[in-house]
Amino acid sequence: MSLNSWGMYPLIKNKKIMFQKKEDLKNKLQESNIYIPFGNGRSYGDSALNKNIIYCKPYNYLLNFDESTGLLHCQAGIMLSEIIEIFVPKGWFLKITPGTKLITIGGAIASDVHGKNHHIEGCFSECVEEFSLMLANGEIKKCSKTNNAELFKATCGGMGLTGIILDAKISLKKINSQYIEQITIKTKNLKETFDAFEKYSNKPYSVAWIDCLAKDNEIGKCLLMVGDFENDGNLNFKSKKKLNIPFNFPSFALNKLSVKAFNWLYYRKAPNGVSKQKVDIDSFFYPLDAINNWNRIYGKAGFTQYQFILPKKTSFEGLTEILKEISNSGKGSFLAVLKLYGKENDNYLSFPIEGYSLALDFKIEKGLFELLDKLDQIVLKYNGKIYLTKDVRVSKETFEKGYPNIEKFRNLRKEYGMDKKFQSLQSLRVGI
Amino acid sequence: MSYVLIIGAKSDIAKELARVYAKNGYNLYLAARNSDSLNDLVNDIKIRSNVDVQIKEFDIVKFETHQNFYDSLETKPLGVIVTAGYMAEQKECEKEWNKTLNTINVNYLGIISILNIVSNDMEKNKNGFIIGVSSVAGDRGRKANYIYGSSKAAFSAYLSGLRNRLYESKVQVLTVKPGFVNTKMTKDLDLPAKLTIEPEDIALDIYNAQQKGKDILYTKGIWRLIMLIIKHIPEFIFKKMSI
Repeated sequence: MSLNSWGMYPLIKNKKIMFQKKEDLKNKLQESNIYIPFGNGRSYGDSALNKNIIYCKPYNYLLNFDESTGLLHCQAGIMLSEIIEIFVPKGWFLKITPGTKLITIGGAIASDVHGKNHHIEGCFSECVEEFSLMLANGEIKKCSKTNNAELFKATCGGMGLTGIILDAKISLKKINSQYIEQITIKTKNLKETFDAFEKYSNKPYSVAWIDCLAKDNEIGKCLLMVGDFENDGNLNFKSKKKLNIPFNFPSFALNKLSVKAFNWLYYRKAPNGVSKQKVDIDSFFYPLDAINNWNRIYGKAGFTQYQFILPKKTSFEGLTEILKEISNSGKGSFLAVLKLYGKENDNYLSFPIEGYSLALDFKIEKGLFELLDKLDQIVLKYNGKIYLTKDVRVSKETFEKGYPNIEKFRNLRKEYGMDKKFQSLQSLRVGI
Repeated sequence: MSYVLIIGAKSDIAKELARVYAKNGYNLYLAARNSDSLNDLVNDIKIRSNVDVQIKEFDIVKFETHQNFYDSLETKPLGVIVTAGYMAEQKECEKEWNKTLNTINVNYLGIISILNIVSNDMEKNKNGFIIGVSSVAGDRGRKANYIYGSSKAAFSAYLSGLRNRLYESKVQVLTVKPGFVNTKMTKDLDLPAKLTIEPEDIALDIYNAQQKGKDILYTKGIWRLIMLIIKHIPEFIFKKMSI
């Protein structure tokens, strides 16, 4: 069975390697094939695709949990959703989580994912105490910020190109409720949106949903959601039943009109000004996970997510220019996500820098890549960069400008013989 | 709380079934050959759920040991799930009698041997459930895998008769007919994604069907329709086909 990425583009035939024991994997690596590790297939583009993929999801045992410190030792195939389901009732939650819980721990490390609390807590690597990495020659190295630090820095955010993450020790955070006190702030333009982000930047979690088809003086209007865990002792967490999108929507279903209508409804749904709600973990952190296979609404041709980040200094100007360009093109997604980021870390290929990032979904169609190339130029003009986990088309040149540590990463790959063993369609395209 | 006995506990489906039943409060006996390799699973389940999990050494083709094995279980299980199975290449089965024999022994004779013992006990107690993981391959013999298929057909027929017999004793017998499952057993097959189910999803399907008292479960459900069509293709056409 061929495995696809979440964007369902490109589709390639691949052979899936499964392993139960480290020795099995080591033997596989001795063969002359080139591999890329694959978790739950939630990266959008081609970063986990190749002819031979190492399917890590079934490698998913919990190995140990220390109830006094919240340190969890687990194999890398386990999904965040399982961790949440098992540990929220015990009063623990992930320190850092992206907007989907349907990814593996290995994937979270390889993408060095970030969440709604990046401006305070940083990337996923901040909660990783240690992991074991199988190198190209089958040797296993324990990596942490102090032990094999260069492998740690390369692997966190390294897109699976440094080896196979086998197991990891991650620290969970104590919570005393399964509910979040959410404050929603409705803004009328980008200036108001930025002001609101700054005003609420002391709140642990924040994210904004932007109407990317808004024009003129309404550009950047949004619903900003900020929040923190309640303290009511209610930990009676159960995952909700999911809706399912049973088949690919026809390609005409998603067009300028339907997106506009949706955005209009969504924006109107929230009361004007500032309002408060009590919401559960799933609705606050993972609204889209409630719909199984939601990628099918973009139709058979697939879709991609365009996510870039700009330094704080240039964010306002850059975002205004980009939003204008998108709004004029008429292409765009239901909702675009805007997020404030804190300090960057020193991992070689981690995405976040201090500033603002915007993520938008686009269905794959004629003229899209030309538009995205145009947006790339604006991103570069304002010293920004593109997120590899979402990417399927960025050029080598654009990529390199955004990632100044790329040479260090390339050298390390050569040094360990990783460049000859681990490659993805993406790594070949951008020359990693 | 009650015990569930899983026979063939090293399979990918068994691993997920063990997790689902433990999550819902059932204690577990995990039975398999060379059962030491189950230690990691036991550890995993104990971190997840607060239940008792015991490993039991069990060889499904050593029929003569089955009675002792069952007698040795301290608390008799409320539920017994059979996930043991063996699939060899059809071509190899045709050439090597040992592989054919092993297919029949594992997929049919061994299972019947232990389930005869289990079902007598459950009939006496008028309580319990038996889940047999058979296969859609048992619904019609096809040239591609009729040795495996016929062993599963025999198993399905056995379960059907057993269900009939135990109806009055209020013992539930659930026949599970998986289509393609994304497991190590099928890792080298080129399976169509839309007809293939993940082990954790099939385990949840099985648990829900058992809790609802169902008799037969096709999973994914689309397989019920596919097999309905395949079963109704007239033999004079079917024999010329390659499906």
